[in-house]
Amino acid sequence: MASERIVKSYEEELKRLRELIARMGGLAERQVADAAYALVRRDSELAGEVVGRDAPIDALEREVDSFCVRLLALRQPMASDLRFIIAALKISQDIERIGDYARNVAKRAIIVSGQPFLGGVNGFQWMAQLVQRNLKDSIDAFVKDDADLAERVWAADAPVDDIYTGIFREMLTHMMEDPRNITACTHLLFIAKNFERIGDHATNIAETVHYAVRGASLPDDRPKADASMEAQTP
Amino acid sequence: MSMSQNNSTGAPAMSQGVTNAAVNDAQAAAAAQKAAELARVAQQAHPQQSSGTFGNMAVRSSAVMNPARIAVKDLNFYYGTNKALKGITLDFPDRQVTGMIGPSGCGKSTLLRVLNRMYSLYPGQRAEGQVMLDGQNVVDDSMDLNALRAKVGMVFQKPTPFPMTIHENIAFGIRLHEKLSRAEMEERIEWALTRSALWGEVKDRLHSSAMGLSGGQQQRLCIARTIAVRPDVILFDEPTSALDPISTLKIEELIDELKRDFTIAIVTHNMQQAARCADQVAFFYLGELVEVAPAAELFTAPRQKRTQEYITGRFG
Repeated sequence: MASERIVKSYEEELKRLRELIARMGGLAERQVADAAYALVRRDSELAGEVVGRDAPIDALEREVDSFCVRLLALRQPMASDLRFIIAALKISQDIERIGDYARNVAKRAIIVSGQPFLGGVNGFQWMAQLVQRNLKDSIDAFVKDDADLAERVWAADAPVDDIYTGIFREMLTHMMEDPRNITACTHLLFIAKNFERIGDHATNIAETVHYAVRGASLPDDRPKADASMEAQTP
Repeated sequence: MSMSQNNSTGAPAMSQGVTNAAVNDAQAAAAAQKAAELARVAQQAHPQQSSGTFGNMAVRSSAVMNPARIAVKDLNFYYGTNKALKGITLDFPDRQVTGMIGPSGCGKSTLLRVLNRMYSLYPGQRAEGQVMLDGQNVVDDSMDLNALRAKVGMVFQKPTPFPMTIHENIAFGIRLHEKLSRAEMEERIEWALTRSALWGEVKDRLHSSAMGLSGGQQQRLCIARTIAVRPDVILFDEPTSALDPISTLKIEELIDELKRDFTIAIVTHNMQQAARCADQVAFFYLGELVEVAPAAELFTAPRQKRTQEYITGRFG
């Protein structure tokens, strides 16, 4: 690390901001994991808990918001401090959104658990694991100022898109086979979409971390593989 | 954004396929194919919006610097045997503001004093290297100092009005360099006071003592006195460190206004001031130029570690 900061209380405040984001990220990771578990295990009780646990994430986002505004006003941050605070502001929004998506997955998981069983859930499990890891790594990258890790997360979203495209095709097939599947399939499609969006927000976080650490942005074109718009009924 | 687009275009294609399948497979397949094609075209027509610019905060290379009005090259400066500037190479872009920052004793004020040969007043101080202004090397012994100082004006930290009337304060400098008729002189004085945003406040008391003005007004009077001889370059050495915040903002606004006609160099201890005023900022440390960059770049993403440490308050 660089040499010591002259104003100690400023250092403490930036440390606290880092901790707030780490805590938010931890909560969101758990939400994503539990939502996926509830879906796969058809556990509507756990899903209900996930729905109820979104509020603390929202509260933390508001805390980060007002804390950042305060730091900007009172410390007039420059250079890496400025980038760090702006990054925290943006990342807290991404995490808050991720929390919303996890809650939405949980809500739909409750409905799906009451519907007839529709074959494998491997795709969902896989997808949830991938986005959860990307989310964890992007938050770790922020907490440790690790731009290389952020860059790896940023480039690691394509498999998520691949699985999403696969699920999309599979759901179409189920719905074609029997219109009674449409309710469950539609919910599952939204669930897949939610996981896919969580993955996108994780890459947003990674981009933000990269800028905060290096002072330079990643390229505009991120590797993508969502081909669901090309999927059609067989 | 493009995701929701995919959804809305993908969904009709799908439902159309499902309902038509029972009626006419071939027709349905054709319709679905067409819809997918449309979706693809729509996707191409609206490529992913640029997302990696961090709210357009990526400032590298967006700021444009004008050609140099003063070009400093390989400049060394000595106070006796003490080398205070070490191989400085720095352009002062025409009609833009160059801010110079750094800890005390870093050489920024020394460089300012080289630009108008202020140091020549003191024995034992000497400069070597190039400071090119209008094809002449300012640090050459052959340089005409009076002409140089008419061309390169300077405003100091503490307001330094002469103990004369407001009118005489400005006329004094003009008379040293030019012979103007009475009418021309009055016109020039009004112009200088207007350009320095002081005219409205003093026009009814031009012949009262300048010592009766407030600190901020005195500093603007000094700026008027400087621009009255119509220089090309104005040097500001901590022009607001003795002023209150409102007077400071007035001087900053004035600098912003003056740069339309003058090339400006400003030494300041106040980094926020450099951030507010300067087009490019140079960071000095121990007699060396560590980094020079457009202000937005230097204050958001400096390249050098020492710059980073200084502007984030980590200097040990």
